[in-house]
Amino acid sequence: MNMQGLHEKKEGVILSVRNLSTSFFTGSGEVKAVNGVSFDLEAGKVLGIVGESGSGKSVTAYSILQILTHPGRIVGGQVLYKGVDLAKFSQRQMREIRGEQISIIFQDPMTSLNPTYTVGNQIGEAIRLHTSRRGSEVRDRIVELLTLVGINEPQKRADQYPHELSGGMRQRIMIAMAIACEPDILIADEPTTALDVTIQAQILELIQKLQDELGLAVIMITHDLGIIADMCDDIIVMYAGSIAERGSADDIFYNPHHEYTKGLLHSIPTMEKTDDMLIPIAGSPVDMLAMPAGCPFAPRCPSAMKVCMTDMPEELEIGDGHFASCWMNVKDMVMAEAGEQHE
Amino acid sequence: MNENNNIVEVVGLKQYFRVKTGFFRRRNLKAVDDVSFAIKKGETLGLVGESGCGKTTVGRSMIRLYEPTAGKVIFDGQEMSKRNVTHMRRNMQMVFQDPYSSLNPRMTVEDIIAEPLIVHKLFPKKKDRHAKVVELLKLVGLSPEHARRYAHEFSGGQRQRIGIARALSVDPAFIVCDESVSALDVSIQAQILNTFKKLQKQLNLSYLFIAHDILVITYMSDRVAVMYLGKIVELAKTTEINRNPIHPYTESLYSAVPIPDPITARKSQRIVLQGDVPSPLNLPSGCSFRTRCPYATEKCAEETPPLIDRGDEHYAACWNR
Repeated sequence: MNMQGLHEKKEGVILSVRNLSTSFFTGSGEVKAVNGVSFDLEAGKVLGIVGESGSGKSVTAYSILQILTHPGRIVGGQVLYKGVDLAKFSQRQMREIRGEQISIIFQDPMTSLNPTYTVGNQIGEAIRLHTSRRGSEVRDRIVELLTLVGINEPQKRADQYPHELSGGMRQRIMIAMAIACEPDILIADEPTTALDVTIQAQILELIQKLQDELGLAVIMITHDLGIIADMCDDIIVMYAGSIAERGSADDIFYNPHHEYTKGLLHSIPTMEKTDDMLIPIAGSPVDMLAMPAGCPFAPRCPSAMKVCMTDMPEELEIGDGHFASCWMNVKDMVMAEAGEQHE
Repeated sequence: MNENNNIVEVVGLKQYFRVKTGFFRRRNLKAVDDVSFAIKKGETLGLVGESGCGKTTVGRSMIRLYEPTAGKVIFDGQEMSKRNVTHMRRNMQMVFQDPYSSLNPRMTVEDIIAEPLIVHKLFPKKKDRHAKVVELLKLVGLSPEHARRYAHEFSGGQRQRIGIARALSVDPAFIVCDESVSALDVSIQAQILNTFKKLQKQLNLSYLFIAHDILVITYMSDRVAVMYLGKIVELAKTTEINRNPIHPYTESLYSAVPIPDPITARKSQRIVLQGDVPSPLNLPSGCSFRTRCPYATEKCAEETPPLIDRGDEHYAACWNR
């Protein structure tokens, strides 16, 4: 396979996921954690993936990088990065991609860092592995990176161990490692969930700054609709392994076309104090081992129809780049057409 | 009975922990340092702050899961002490954060909910107890058939409902909700928040609602207290604190909240605080926020600002605002 072409910077769609499916083959059966997911990531844009626990948002990211843990594996679909299908890559080939082309930062910076090495050493590892820099050049680059991610006294910090740093600083170290080789794509998997609000603001600000300066494309995975609204150009809403709806931030927040998206937006309190009650989504999340035959959201959906229980809805284009998988849209479309014919 | 309509009053509460800082060295960690507030009947007081600010400790000291270092907790005119703690807890209950570790996996739901009734010697007849458990399950939105099951058979949201039923079993007037929805998904969180609100109206309950999520606090609370490093830095009505925060910490905390609305988010300016929270073992002199405060002056290092009423029961502790 020609790896040379991967190093050219391109405009437009940089990552294109097509019909991706990932399953975990557990003792009690197959869990379809990701079930036929398709989306595009444009260069230099921030794409948010939002969903509740178990919706498959993290597994989608892990599938892109092939860092799934046993017993999970990709069972179908393509991950096209600059036209090359990463899903067919061996682990060895993926090593050229991870860190160099696509990087990831995780939720808990403490468990992602090795407690027995200094942070400088760990950032240096990525640099030595992927570039020809050696010796003092590596050290210079470490200090440069630490300065870039806003760490004071970078010379001193490089020689410290992870336990000597606060949670926010550790996440900065993780980010420094992730951008060490100037990747095209940064995947941020719940990067601020373990952090306090004021520290979260610092980290989000940093990711935005780096995205701007380095022209990174970012995939932001989170359960927090606030972060999504704040950071993302495009949004994917996931439920039980499938994409419920995807579109621009304004499409999703101001013109939702899936009952789950609507339910989510009604479930979050706002900053304005009102006496109105929240409108929660009824029921509990689906049991991934016993998925319903039709739309996975149907058992909790307030406007579910007969067809929702038996058939999975197709993804329908609502507007430019705005897609939703809901039978209600099909119904509306048919009704509208019938109305036109009537006239 | 007391005359001022307060269900519970906390006066000068201090909670210090002895911690090891060296081989022989022991120091006081001031988890809660001189905190006072009152909660009216049927009111919800929100207590918000970041991790380690002491908000959970306040809740736990109030119902004496810890023996307070100093200060008083007065419930309905009666001071809580070591002696009457069991009696007092009949009126003060708690709903915990983690619905997984706060329910005994070896007990059925009925045993869990009936345990406080046995402790407080209410409903001595087994039949009456069962009837009460069924009534409670219905009240929190579970079905009576659930009584014979074990906690592991339920989802997180349902477990939290069991925790609420247990707290309500002794008909308390006041409940401490310690991060009671933060382990739940958004859609389930809304269900539980609504349950809390509905029960409050139905049973005229008062809540101390502890959370780190400002949107949740805003939704639930009539008044909000903001804590930083063991002290209340601001206390006011919810609308008042949202619109006109006085303390610089409150201001930056509220501005840091990501708003789930893209248009507002694009317009709003975050006030990003520099640096991290200092160690509670090594507090700065004077105002403990001064190390991160953009308005700090010399006076802030010398003297601790008192919590003063700035009009209309809006309290703030800052020298410069």
